[in-house]
Amino acid sequence: MTDLKKTALHSHHLSLGAKMVEFAGYDMPVQYPLGVLKEHLHTRAKAGLFDVSHMGQCFIIADDGTFETAAKALEKLVPASIQDLKPGQQRYSQFLNAKGGILDDLMISRLAHPGTEHYLYLVVNAGCKDADYKHIKKHLPKGVTLSVKDDDMALIALQGPRASVVLGCLNPAVEDLTFMTHTDLELSNVDGGAIWAHVSRSGYTGEDGYEISARHADMAKLWAELMTYEDVEAIGLGARDSLRLEAGLCLYGHDIDSSTSPVEAGLLWSIQKNRRSKGSYLGASRVEAEIASKPSRRLVGILPQGRAPAREHTQIQDMDGNTIGEITSGGFGPTHQGPVAMGYVARKFSKAGTPVQLIVRGKARPAMTAKMPFAPHNYFRGSS
Amino acid sequence: MSTFFTEDHEWIKVDGEDGTVGISAYAAGQLGDVVFVELPEIGRDMAKGDEAAVVESVKAASEVYTPVAGEVTAVNTALEEAPETVNASPDGDGWFLKIKISDTDELDSLMDAAAYKTYCDGL
Repeated sequence: MTDLKKTALHSHHLSLGAKMVEFAGYDMPVQYPLGVLKEHLHTRAKAGLFDVSHMGQCFIIADDGTFETAAKALEKLVPASIQDLKPGQQRYSQFLNAKGGILDDLMISRLAHPGTEHYLYLVVNAGCKDADYKHIKKHLPKGVTLSVKDDDMALIALQGPRASVVLGCLNPAVEDLTFMTHTDLELSNVDGGAIWAHVSRSGYTGEDGYEISARHADMAKLWAELMTYEDVEAIGLGARDSLRLEAGLCLYGHDIDSSTSPVEAGLLWSIQKNRRSKGSYLGASRVEAEIASKPSRRLVGILPQGRAPAREHTQIQDMDGNTIGEITSGGFGPTHQGPVAMGYVARKFSKAGTPVQLIVRGKARPAMTAKMPFAPHNYFRGSS
Repeated sequence: MSTFFTEDHEWIKVDGEDGTVGISAYAAGQLGDVVFVELPEIGRDMAKGDEAAVVESVKAASEVYTPVAGEVTAVNTALEEAPETVNASPDGDGWFLKIKISDTDELDSLMDAAAYKTYCDGL
C-alpha cells in the first residue's frame, strides 16, 4: 500500500472519530460519527465545515507585474473571460484539451489585496492537480509563472445558512461579501490571536457559505475555533457528494471528463458571451461548433420515480427500450427526500419532463428528466 | 429459537423450519443511514448465498444474501416506507424476510452469536 498524503487537519479528523478513506491519494474523512444523512441535513439547516485541503491551490503571476499579461495567458487555456475580472471577483471555468474535452473544472479569482491585484488564484480538483500543473506550465508563455501553494496552504469550506453568522464572529466584513467574490483579511479570536486568510463566498453545496484558504498551522487553529460553535458540524466527503448532487453541480471524473465538453455538460453559462466565437482558447473549435449546431447529448437531471436510487453507470432507455444514455451521478437526496441523479441523454430526450426508463438490477424503472438543482440554491447575492 | 450469523453479516433466527433474516447491528452501522430496501417476491426459491434483498445508504447499494436455502414466505413491507428501521432496530423490527428453510443442516455452517462477535472483533 502506498503512503497516503495527509492534510494539515488530518489529526483533527481522527480525534473527531471520522471514518477515513483514500481519495485522490489523500487519507480523507468520508463521514464523521453523525453520518452522511445527518451531516447533509445539518449543512442545509445550520453550517457544515469541510476539509478540502486536498484540492490544488496555485497562483498565476506575470513577471511584468500586470494583471493583463497573466489573464491573457490563462484565457488561452479556459473558455471563461478572465481579462475583465475585477479585483475580488471569482469565476468558474474548465481546462479543455485540444478536442474540447474537459481536463478539469476550477475556480479562478483575481486577488483584491493591494499589491496582489495582478495575481490570479486558482483552485483545482485534487485528482487532477498534478496533471493541471503540468498542463498550465506547458502552455504558459515566457514571463508568466505558475506558483503552486499546496505545501503552504490549506483549504476549508464553511457552508450553510449559519455560515455567515459564524464566520462573521471572527470578522464581520465577511458578511458583506456576495456570491463569487472574495477578499483577504484577518480573522480574529482564533486561538487567542488573529490569522490571515483568503475568504471567498462560494462553495460546492448550493448553500450560502465560504471557502477559506490559510497557512497550514493557522488552518488547524481556525478549524478548532470554528468547531467550538454550536451551529457547526464537521462534514465528510460523503455528504459533500450528496449536497453537490442535489445542487446540480458536476463532479469531475463522473459528470464531466476528457470526453465531455462544457456545452454537453450544460456549462455554457460559464462561458461569457465575448468568449463564444473568437476561437482563442484550447478546445474552442468543438465548443463553438456545439454552440452553433447543438451537441448530440446533454447532461440532464434525472428523477427516478419511486424510492430506488439509480447509481452511476445505470443505463438510461427511452420508453421503447432503446439505450439513450447513462447515469453519471446518482444517489439519495436527503433534502429532496428521494432518489436524484444526473446523466447524459441523446439531445431529443433532454427536455425536462421527458419520461425515460432506468435499468436498475435488470429491471426497467420509470424516471423523468428534470430541471436541476434538486434543492434550491441559497447563494447570497446581496441584502438589498 | 436460536440465531446464526454469516460472514457477510446477515443473521437468521430459526424456529423449526421457519427462519427470519436480517442484517447485524455491525452491518447496519457500517452501511450508515439506510434510505431504501428492495425485498424479494414471496414464493421465490433461493439457494444458500443467493441475493435476497438490496439495502441502500445515501452513498451505496449493498446486497443481502440468504444464509441458507429456502422459500420466501414473508417480507417486511414496513421497510419500504420506513427503511430507517434497519438502523433503529437491526435485530428486531428491521428484519427483511422470512423463509421456509429447505435443509436445516445448512445452519451448521453458520456462526453462533459468540463466534460472530469474535469474527467482528477481528475485522
